[in-house]
Amino acid sequence: MLRQMRPTLVYALLGIVFMFAAPHVLQLFTIINLTTAIALAILALSLALIWGYGGILCFGQVAFFGLGAYVYTISAINIGGSTWAILIAVLLTSAFAAALGYFIFFGRVSDVYLGVITLTVTLIFFSLIRRTSGPEYKIGKALLGGFNGVSSPPINLPWDARTFLFPEQVFYVAMAALILCYVFVGWLVNTKFGRVCVSIRENELRSELLGYDVRLYKLGIFTIGAGIAAVGGVMFCNGVGRITPDVFNLYNAALTIIWVIVGGRGTLIGPIGATFALFYLTSALGGQSVLNNNLVLGVILIVFVLLVPKGVAPTVIDWVNRRRRKRPVRSRRRRRGRAEDAR
Amino acid sequence: MTRQRGEVVVETRDLCMHFGGVRAVDQVDFTLFDRELRCLIGPNGAGKSTFFKCLTGQLTPTSGDVIIRGQEMTAAEPFEVASLGVGIKTQVPNVFDGLTVEENIWLSARRWHGDSRARSLTAATIERLRLGDIRRTLVGQLAHGQRQWVELGMVVAAEPWLVLLDEPAAGMTHEETYRTVELIEEINKTSALIVVEHDMQFIRMISRTVTLFHEGRILMQDTMEAISADPRAREVYLGHRA
Ligand SMILES: Nc1ncnc2c1ncn2[C@@H]1O[C@H](COP(=O)(O)OP(=O)(O)O)[C@@H](O)[C@H]1O
Ligand SMILES: [Mg+2]
Repeated sequence: MLRQMRPTLVYALLGIVFMFAAPHVLQLFTIINLTTAIALAILALSLALIWGYGGILCFGQVAFFGLGAYVYTISAINIGGSTWAILIAVLLTSAFAAALGYFIFFGRVSDVYLGVITLTVTLIFFSLIRRTSGPEYKIGKALLGGFNGVSSPPINLPWDARTFLFPEQVFYVAMAALILCYVFVGWLVNTKFGRVCVSIRENELRSELLGYDVRLYKLGIFTIGAGIAAVGGVMFCNGVGRITPDVFNLYNAALTIIWVIVGGRGTLIGPIGATFALFYLTSALGGQSVLNNNLVLGVILIVFVLLVPKGVAPTVIDWVNRRRRKRPVRSRRRRRGRAEDAR
Repeated sequence: MTRQRGEVVVETRDLCMHFGGVRAVDQVDFTLFDRELRCLIGPNGAGKSTFFKCLTGQLTPTSGDVIIRGQEMTAAEPFEVASLGVGIKTQVPNVFDGLTVEENIWLSARRWHGDSRARSLTAATIERLRLGDIRRTLVGQLAHGQRQWVELGMVVAAEPWLVLLDEPAAGMTHEETYRTVELIEEINKTSALIVVEHDMQFIRMISRTVTLFHEGRILMQDTMEAISADPRAREVYLGHRA
């Protein structure tokens, strides 16, 4: 297990170094921006888990992200503190995913319809919450605010609702959340549960014929993925300071898929890296008016699907392995197999 | 005519599987005893694979019952059948192409054992099936016959008490086929088997009680010699090949 976890731990360590170095080197504005990117990276990680390892192509992963953000915001406003709100956001979102997943997996809905259903759920959230402007739409003390959204109370120290965190501190929390989620997922995909999920991705019937209840494993990984997306959502509304129904729009749903395609399925660091890269690319493009943002993303997607279909990270790993194989026998080491999957 | 060795382990009663107007399996009463090795033969389209899929939960029969070791398994899911301790190999190879040979087999052993026992069982199975040279190769990169062996390895690693094989020797070389026969004999020392096979050479090598399927029904059930000599059997099956 430790051998398989080694790449994961190396990246996690780099992440920790970055986490402590960044606030000393970067401007506050950049740090606040980074927090948003980190939140999106957690979302990408969650899809990298359930699609890249579980083989479940969920078109609506962003629904769990947005739901997590909304549940956090509404709970934090009502409770007057963030500690329980974070827990409630993650648990409620997971419970919602478990209920939805139960019908999908135990109903043996086909893969295509799974995509359609999850996307539809996302768009239903989008149009429902957009229509909630007006004083009558409130949950407890929290006004839903329609398309203007709700402003999210910042995270406070655990069990101390009066000490709010400053933006730099929220950055630390978000980065820590990303690293923890990353290590957790890196560990999970190497457990028996994770390996069975990968085997289901490879051949569902064979897993079933070995005696594994495929429905249960799929439900499990889907629910865990939703919980992680909710963590991302909580960090997102903290970074931005508010949550609006736009989080549920088609653009964001598609963007999540693009991160995983570009970064590479079957890796974790790939989609995380792709999220940061595309986040900064789109912000850079936002500052000019020559090229349309969506057009550039569309071109990137097409280029990757056609030229780098495996995504960046697996292509790089393949390339490195091929180079190593050409070197003298002495430097050859065991490298094929499970270790490749663990990055 | 069947060598009775104690309890009945597989039984079907009046089993029917109809696809629209096609009676792929029709009113089949079938019995398998513990430790028995049974071959199912019949021409292409006779309904062998459909019968096999009804036994393994891949298809839910139109009517009739499937009973495995006294348990009603008619509408069971494949994982429920496998979870009784039944090892299954399908006609079209079903393996994990993106994983190594070793991990394919480990996933089978791990279903029944903790990690360390699963690992030693995996190593033993790899040795037994002589897959050592390719243990770290991705199964998707192997030749057809080798993939069949990996699938057999997965069946063996689960240490099943009942083994169901659908055309295990399809696409194998002569040498591989011969070794498959050896493996089947070896498995039979501890488990009951049903082997679906099209290839007569193969069936002669195993040479046990043979059930002959024709148009979804059991036409005969006897030794291979008796079936070879029977004019009806010659007509529906052997005649095609002679
Ligand atoms: N899913 C299906 N739908 C319709 N017809 C089928 C299906 N599966 C098998 N059949 C038909 O059932 C008959 C038996 O097929 P099969 O069991 O595969 O035969 P065998 O394995 O003996 O060659 C054939 O006529 C085949 O066309
Ligand atoms: Mg067949």
